[in-house]
Amino acid sequence: MDLFSEYGSAILEAFGLTLRLAVFSGIFSLILGVVLAVFRVSPVPVLRWIGAAVVYTFRNTPLTLVMFFALFGLFYQLKIGASQTAPLNEQNFQLAVIALSVYTSTFVCEVLRSGINTVPLGQAEAARAIGLTFSQNLRLVVLPQALRSVLNPLASVMIAMIKNTTVAVTIGVVTAKGVNEASGQMRTMMENEADQIVLIFIIFAIGFMILTLPVGFLAGWASKKFAVIR
Amino acid sequence: MKFKKIAAVVGAFALAGSLAACGGSDDSGSDAGGDKITIGIKFDQPGLGFKKADGTYAGFDVDMATYIAEGLGYEEDQITWKEAVSANRETFLKDGTVDMILATYSITDERKAEVDFAGPYYVAGQDLLIRADDSSIKGPEDMKGKKICSVTGSTSAQKVKDEYGAVPQEFDSYSKCITALQGGQIDALTTDDIILAGYAEEFPGEFKIVGQPFSEENYGVGLPKGSEDRDKINDLIEQSFEDGAWEKAFNDNLGNSGYELPEPPKVDRY
Amino acid sequence: MSASVLYDAPGPRAKKLNWLYSGLVLVALLFVAWLVFSKFKETGQWEGEKWTPFIDADVWNNLLIPGLLGTLRAFAVGSLLALAFGFVFAVGRLSPLKIVSIPSAVVVEFFRSIPMLLLMFFIYFLQPSLGIQPTSIFWAVVLGLMLYNGSVIAEIIRAGVHALPKGQSEAGSAIGLTSGQVMRTILLPQAVRSMLPAIIAQLVVLLKDTALGYVLGYSELLNQVKQLDINFHNLIPAAIVVALIYIVLNTILGLVANWIEARTRRVAHTAGPVGATDTPELQTAPAAGMPSGIV
Repeated sequence: MDLFSEYGSAILEAFGLTLRLAVFSGIFSLILGVVLAVFRVSPVPVLRWIGAAVVYTFRNTPLTLVMFFALFGLFYQLKIGASQTAPLNEQNFQLAVIALSVYTSTFVCEVLRSGINTVPLGQAEAARAIGLTFSQNLRLVVLPQALRSVLNPLASVMIAMIKNTTVAVTIGVVTAKGVNEASGQMRTMMENEADQIVLIFIIFAIGFMILTLPVGFLAGWASKKFAVIR
Repeated sequence: MKFKKIAAVVGAFALAGSLAACGGSDDSGSDAGGDKITIGIKFDQPGLGFKKADGTYAGFDVDMATYIAEGLGYEEDQITWKEAVSANRETFLKDGTVDMILATYSITDERKAEVDFAGPYYVAGQDLLIRADDSSIKGPEDMKGKKICSVTGSTSAQKVKDEYGAVPQEFDSYSKCITALQGGQIDALTTDDIILAGYAEEFPGEFKIVGQPFSEENYGVGLPKGSEDRDKINDLIEQSFEDGAWEKAFNDNLGNSGYELPEPPKVDRY
Repeated sequence: MSASVLYDAPGPRAKKLNWLYSGLVLVALLFVAWLVFSKFKETGQWEGEKWTPFIDADVWNNLLIPGLLGTLRAFAVGSLLALAFGFVFAVGRLSPLKIVSIPSAVVVEFFRSIPMLLLMFFIYFLQPSLGIQPTSIFWAVVLGLMLYNGSVIAEIIRAGVHALPKGQSEAGSAIGLTSGQVMRTILLPQAVRSMLPAIIAQLVVLLKDTALGYVLGYSELLNQVKQLDINFHNLIPAAIVVALIYIVLNTILGLVANWIEARTRRVAHTAGPVGATDTPELQTAPAAGMPSGIV
């Protein structure tokens, strides 16, 4: 397998970058997704409208374009999103994380909202009856139950997000050594080693399975462990 | 029973699909040797070969192709232009999708094994495009630590990184590089000098070409293996050097780029 | 549960507060909008010549509409194939024969876990070694769309069948239908109807995914941004316009989804509340043409 001796370290580095993109985007998209969901069920109409508008816009725009706007709109025009003095690869990395987080957060928001819909009416009513405010109600009663009931679909969103890190290739996200994330690295290898296309594909397919399968298993296990008994 | 309604919906999609599939006619084959000629060019290379908003095509490659086609006995309205992206050029010639290709197509020994070349009709070299007011870059050796842009899949940026220590940024199109160069987010764009000249021409006064080429690319006319027209096209290329058509094609398309027209190359009748 | 259960109907004081909040947020939004506007103005993005191309019929006829057709063509062929793929592998995975169901499950799970961009690159680069000429970008895009979205649709249909009351297939078997007949005449029609919103939501995803064809150089909408920029030097305005076209396309698809959903609901007379609450992960949250789907 001289494919490994020649490309082994580059493949590892590429998946390392993919993993870093996924971890940061995962954390930020969850936080942002919860915020958006709270906006969408809040008593303040204007917040509900903002939540709906953000979700609508980003869900209906291809991620490729969201990435483009992060780099060319946010960073190049507005000069925000990353430090102007940071090394090029770190700037692009941060912008890719912003794009992925915002895009994914709209899916997180919708999953959470459907989770809120599964919380029995009586729960929220009881909470209000004992005098909890909207934010207490949401924080202490509704969201904890909603979150637990949506672990599986949330995992689907996260798995999709991990796969979506590949779109970062369109804004040229690389490691400090100049290695692309997984899809870019795979393309480079396929261009150079035209006679080993299938093997190269299998290597990268397995790489992504290693990244995505545990997420599904973890969610399945957790949703059983933390299932809300009704 | 209700399944029928769903089937109807699916059927509607099927109809839409087949209609749409018929809609795109760009896959139509060529009729080589007939009263039409299909020429592969770039659609996205300003100054060389690009599709204008009015549906016509312009550029140095386009003008050269028109000149050659006319020499072969085709009127301008008998030419069908076809987009030949870099990765498709050899296959397009082999399977007859196009009759010839003028698309910043470098003559290399590897390609000669698969297709024939007439020309070269131009010698390009990898160079750098920088902002007109940037005086810090005088050659590739000044690129250490500078940000250099090129397109994904080309080795040009990698070369400047490996040999001169620049920081590469890869985008999927030169357009993005140009926007980033304008905004100051990158310091230079690298590819063949004549392609850079196309952008310098498009943005008068904004950019300049460094003018220290560090490679040599011989642009040829790609032809199917064993093409009978090769000698004729070589003659036409030489004729264009002499009767001023070559110079005119350059000046019409790249004359305001601030980039000097080099000497015409010697046609290689291998 | 409607959102309003989370809080009381606003009283006079809350109403006043709401107005206050709305006002504050509006001011903040206006400030941000002004900031964006002035920054874009600084860099010349609002200059008329960058926007006038979009009222020029030539630009639409020669650049935007061909791009739109490219997108729709990939969408139409891709969604047809994805639906077919989804049906075949859903039925395969539900088959009582292990020799059919296990390979089907492997195929579906495999393609669901691979990024579509990888699939497209793979199909693209594989063609020459299979002797396919010329290398077709279109089929690389369309087959990539089919494999991934088809697998997701297979799972949607399978979940729909699982959500049906057990009595449905038992009744079928009781009157002597074979398992194939039960699937074809009883389970699939109901499952597809109950899952139609989810299936169409997935088609919205598919439509957006056609934009990945851009990475391979497939001539679709996103590719026209580059072409527009070459002509008019308006990279950012062109991207904004193309983004709006995508939003409009998806809105239309969302409206179609809502319309179909309303129709199928009106004619539905199933035995039970099919797929209503058992499968929260597939419940769509269709708020104004905004179907969910797996990214």
